[in-house]
Amino acid sequence: MSNDAAEDNFDLTQFHGVFFDEAAEHLDGMEALLLDIDVAAADEEQLNAIFRAAHSIKGGAATFAFKDITELTHEMETVFDRVRKGQMPLSKPLVDVFLASGDMLKSMLTARKEGGEGVDEEPVRALCLRLRAFLEPDEAPVAVLAPMPDQAPVAAGERSTAPAPVAAPARQLPSKRILEIVFGPFDKKFPRESVESVVADLKDFGKVEEVIAPAKVKAPAKANGKTTSVKKAPLKSAPVKLPRERRFRIVTEVTVSDLVDAISFMADPDRVTVTCIEEMAPTLLVPAQVAPESPVPVSAAFEPVAPVTESMEKVAEPDGSAPQAQSGFEENGFGLFVDPQTLPANQPVPEKAQASEEKVVNIKTAKPAASTDSTSIRVSVEKVDQLINLVGELVITQAMLAQTASVADPVLYESLFNGLAQLQRNTRDLQESAMSIRMMPMSFAFSRFPRVVRDVAAKLGKEVELNTIGEGTELDKGLIERIVDPLTHLVRNSLDHGLEPPEERVEKGKVRHGTITLRAYHQGGAIVIEVSDDGRGLRREKILGKARERGMDVSDSMSDQEVWSLIFEAGFSTAETVTDVSGRGVGMDVVRRNIQEMGGRVEIDSAPDVGTRISIKLPLTLAILDGMSVRVGSEIFILPLNAISESLQPRAEALNSIAGCGQVVTVRGEHVPVLSLADLYGIRGEKQRYEEGILVILEAEGGKTALFVDDLVGQHQVVIKSLESNYKKVAGISGATIMGDGRVAMIIDVAHIVGMAHSRLDKAA
Amino acid sequence: MRTILAVDDSPSIRQMVAFTLKGAGYEVFEANDGQDGLDKARARKADLVLTDQNMPRMDGITLIQSLRKLPEYGKTPILVLTTESSDEMKAKGRAAGATGWLVKPFDPKRLIDVVRKVIG
Amino acid sequence: MLQNTAQKSPADAAGAAKQANEFLTFRLGKEEYGIEILKVQEIRGWEQPTSIANAPHFIKGVINLRGTIVPIVDMRIKFNLGEASYDTFTVVIILNVMGRIVGMVVDSVSDVITLMGEQIRNSPNFSSSFDTQYITGLGTVDERMLILVDIEKLMSGSDMALMESARLQ
Repeated sequence: MSNDAAEDNFDLTQFHGVFFDEAAEHLDGMEALLLDIDVAAADEEQLNAIFRAAHSIKGGAATFAFKDITELTHEMETVFDRVRKGQMPLSKPLVDVFLASGDMLKSMLTARKEGGEGVDEEPVRALCLRLRAFLEPDEAPVAVLAPMPDQAPVAAGERSTAPAPVAAPARQLPSKRILEIVFGPFDKKFPRESVESVVADLKDFGKVEEVIAPAKVKAPAKANGKTTSVKKAPLKSAPVKLPRERRFRIVTEVTVSDLVDAISFMADPDRVTVTCIEEMAPTLLVPAQVAPESPVPVSAAFEPVAPVTESMEKVAEPDGSAPQAQSGFEENGFGLFVDPQTLPANQPVPEKAQASEEKVVNIKTAKPAASTDSTSIRVSVEKVDQLINLVGELVITQAMLAQTASVADPVLYESLFNGLAQLQRNTRDLQESAMSIRMMPMSFAFSRFPRVVRDVAAKLGKEVELNTIGEGTELDKGLIERIVDPLTHLVRNSLDHGLEPPEERVEKGKVRHGTITLRAYHQGGAIVIEVSDDGRGLRREKILGKARERGMDVSDSMSDQEVWSLIFEAGFSTAETVTDVSGRGVGMDVVRRNIQEMGGRVEIDSAPDVGTRISIKLPLTLAILDGMSVRVGSEIFILPLNAISESLQPRAEALNSIAGCGQVVTVRGEHVPVLSLADLYGIRGEKQRYEEGILVILEAEGGKTALFVDDLVGQHQVVIKSLESNYKKVAGISGATIMGDGRVAMIIDVAHIVGMAHSRLDKAA
Repeated sequence: MRTILAVDDSPSIRQMVAFTLKGAGYEVFEANDGQDGLDKARARKADLVLTDQNMPRMDGITLIQSLRKLPEYGKTPILVLTTESSDEMKAKGRAAGATGWLVKPFDPKRLIDVVRKVIG
Repeated sequence: MLQNTAQKSPADAAGAAKQANEFLTFRLGKEEYGIEILKVQEIRGWEQPTSIANAPHFIKGVINLRGTIVPIVDMRIKFNLGEASYDTFTVVIILNVMGRIVGMVVDSVSDVITLMGEQIRNSPNFSSSFDTQYITGLGTVDERMLILVDIEKLMSGSDMALMESARLQ
């Protein structure tokens, strides 16, 4: 085969990074599926996806010669192939082993990533054994010995579409065998002479000799192992006619099936038969997929499992010498099965596998899988931000152009207007795309929690159901990454301190299993992420008592909110026993600080025996908002469109004064407090009387509020800009944006305004 | 320059194949599953298609069958790159109209050898 | 605190004795100030900012500086100097301090001058409109006296109200 010097120096390490990312994505996906899967009634698609994950990782790992990863994924693939084909039931222990294997793979990948040689072999081996234990002993994918000479003919296939001869030994085996190749019958389409070129190419595989005296060929029906046929039952399988034929023998390392493959490229496979005449040495053939449908190279696909078993028993005493395989794959495949230390020739002992489990767990905690960025293209955030800023500029320029052109005569300048309209559409699309680069769904943060909850609940002996709502809610990538740790703290805390043990719940008349809900939603230009549980709730007296114990300045007249927020103080912990799950009260203050650093805030709601809800409100520092611009005097403000329920010009009789708190407007029988934007922000409005201007009815959690403005200006899609990057947070303002004329407009924090109006109303009442 | 379409759901394999073949003087374009492969193949004629078997959305066999239905791909060599080296899969591949097989993993040199054999 | 600053400054000055430093000089009232040129991003004319609710009166609002929201501080109001009028001659110095961008309105920008280390004196007891803790020294150029200001410290100070108080801790 051709062999250019340049081709010898392939450096595969350059693809490792992609492989690591890809494998990490597969592992995350697999873990999510495993956690989600219903053991009793698994969805076929889910099973296939899990199989595919293991399969894909194996493919890459083998290519890049990560032997340990290949071994483990191979076992996983083997087991799961059976599961997905319904040949083996899915069970919880199996899911557990898969999860443990996933963790191990993460550690392995991390180790490789950091340039190491891999992890400790022992736990990997233990996992492999545990996996193998799931296969029925007589079906275990131990190396298949194929010592029997094959005598059945092989019909190489139906037709050949190969335009040129190819001799690619798909699989090469270290031991040799004698194969007989019979060509014929010959005719115009397949002339006798054409065999010469085929035979010439076969020399790549070994020494070829022509046999003059025809050999007797048995029918394939009696074949019991070593015969490979490219075409299967439905295809024509009649024995090849032998009258005018040419017969060759080759001493080669390749298997029948590989030779068939090779020949298929060169000659009409229907005219070629390959048979194994003699196996020259006991050969360990390691199937890549041992599942019955893909038993390479034994053609057991349509045979009962028994014959495979039979040959496997012979494997029970391998010669122990691991053959030096030629290709990376063979090498990987082999290592697992034939290393005598790795594998007692016999079936794995379940006890041993169990014993090793502890170690696996230790490894897992000792080497936590590094969180991997699951992006396929790595672009620095700076570049993305630069792009977003440039696009922002473009949008403003476009708006300015549109404004300038608006005075021109649309009839005279029709094409200009058409062009501008198109420019507007394109810039908007461009802006949206650019913005979306940084946005990721919350599922990226939520996806890890099924696992966290499962593990922690098991540790604590609690029964928990996890609900996630609003996983599609998008948040800036940077924020998603930073929210994971605080969320984890909160979830662990709920599991540990919030939820009662099952018995206690039953005593209280609650359902046995507790529920933890993770929820994300947008609210007034912010994202709210909630962690709630239906546990025991916070105890006012207990917290106050603890606070006094700690020497904090507290009083009984503190509001619930104030009391709850005490748990965020450093060193505060009310748990009677310090557990290793939620720690020693170091969590909550760190949680609050982290969230504050992100420009967010935390709020707690709680009721005894009903539960606790912790809400994290984060600013959307980077997002597009559908906004309504309103004017007050010379200032423009943006109201989030989704917070506006309607706007109206009130009639005088709809307005009423309430002592001490200004006015309310009656909208369809509902009394809505009125606030003037001009008053709120200390600016001079143009309209003084409500009936002259516009009331915009805003709706947020907590109720409705009518906001009085001079005018509605229009609807815009605006880019939310942070005020905090160069200034600071301003109460009542959720951000700023840049308008078409280049000026800055403030985006109103509707939740804040509604809250203000209602607290004023409450005081008056 | 000969053009090769590489279809594989694994980015690392895809990159490796593309890199290797580009280095050997071929032009390579990539698709990340069978459906994508079919779309890309329709949009641009390849002289050789290398496809994985086990892929989401559309597997390699279906891709081959679909390609063979397109007049412009009636005679185009298609190689299946797969870890599934079972006879059954090979039979399916052949029945679908594949030109040949290459069992993964393969080293870059072998890939080039095979490709050279097929399209020169 | 004052002591510390006083001791630190001559050390800095001594270290830079042979080194030339460039300063942007500007006027506020009757005094001329110098700030390190490296902290200056650009100089712009006045444009009407968008006011910010509940901000101190010397924070005039925010402007759009090529897509970034930048607060504008009027130093004349902050330090009760000069006349706070806004016209086409009003100058805004855009500063880059502590990774933030801030605009500062002054009476006028004079020039960029180079001061050698020996031209800078320590000024422990010098009294100016600025708190002494923000003054790093006095520069002398010909007959002119420059008050050299640590603009970073000044802008991040809590009485500037430009940053979240948490940031200062």
